[in-house]
Amino acid sequence: MTSARDITLAVNPPRSAFLDFPLGHTAGKPHEPDLQRRILVEALSSFETMAAPGSMKELPFRWSEDEEWKAKAFAEGDDRTPRHDTPQYQNEEDRRRAENGGSPSCPVCRS
Amino acid sequence: MGPVDYIPRIRDNYARLGYKTYNWVVNAETAPWAPLRKPLSQCRLGLAASGGIYVAGQVAFHYKDDTSFREIPSDIDTKELRATHFAYDLSDARTDPNVVFPIDALRRLVREGFLGGLSSRFYTFMGGIYSSRRVSEDLAPRLTARFLEDGVDAVLLVPV
Repeated sequence: MTSARDITLAVNPPRSAFLDFPLGHTAGKPHEPDLQRRILVEALSSFETMAAPGSMKELPFRWSEDEEWKAKAFAEGDDRTPRHDTPQYQNEEDRRRAENGGSPSCPVCRS
Repeated sequence: MGPVDYIPRIRDNYARLGYKTYNWVVNAETAPWAPLRKPLSQCRLGLAASGGIYVAGQVAFHYKDDTSFREIPSDIDTKELRATHFAYDLSDARTDPNVVFPIDALRRLVREGFLGGLSSRFYTFMGGIYSSRRVSEDLAPRLTARFLEDGVDAVLLVPV
């Protein structure tokens, strides 16, 4: 799956499915399980329908009517986080759990 | 409006910020092809995603050329999933990790019979590794070895 059409066409994988959504939403919108399911069905069907390497399926979904997000994507400078080289936890509780030996529900905590 | 062209936008941004030009991967040869040998309804699917997803209790990813991956049990409680990444807006992934790691939809498709089953473990990594050689010679072979060990019929890749 991809939301960056030009980057994926350059990489040229055997099969791809393009979802024209903002980066960070390659598999759908948050809290919309029915939409997420439909996106997956459309994307996975490519395994059965594509016949030639390098095929890209354009998935039939739009983020919004006006597509205003496209004007903003990467157009206002680099707003990415600095490249820290220490683990970046979502919250301090996660850090505490990991530093205290990890979660018992998780069989492999470092790979 | 057509798709966003990210390569020229990012190239212009890097030039403006004085960063070194990024060498995009361009594969001109025909991609390898492995036909699916049975219907999806009989396939065991694997998943690899680059959105920086980890399980609470695991060591989180870091943001500088992190070539490690995390093993995520495919029956994990979605509430235990976390997201960390330097390159995209995390606000949606942190309230619903399915936007970059479609685990609930995949489990539903197994219940519905659309997919035969899921590998018992999925994999996540960080992406944003500056050297494509480190991905093709280190991270990708390690992931491929896992998928072969896991006996999957097909793998869904979800980059960000």
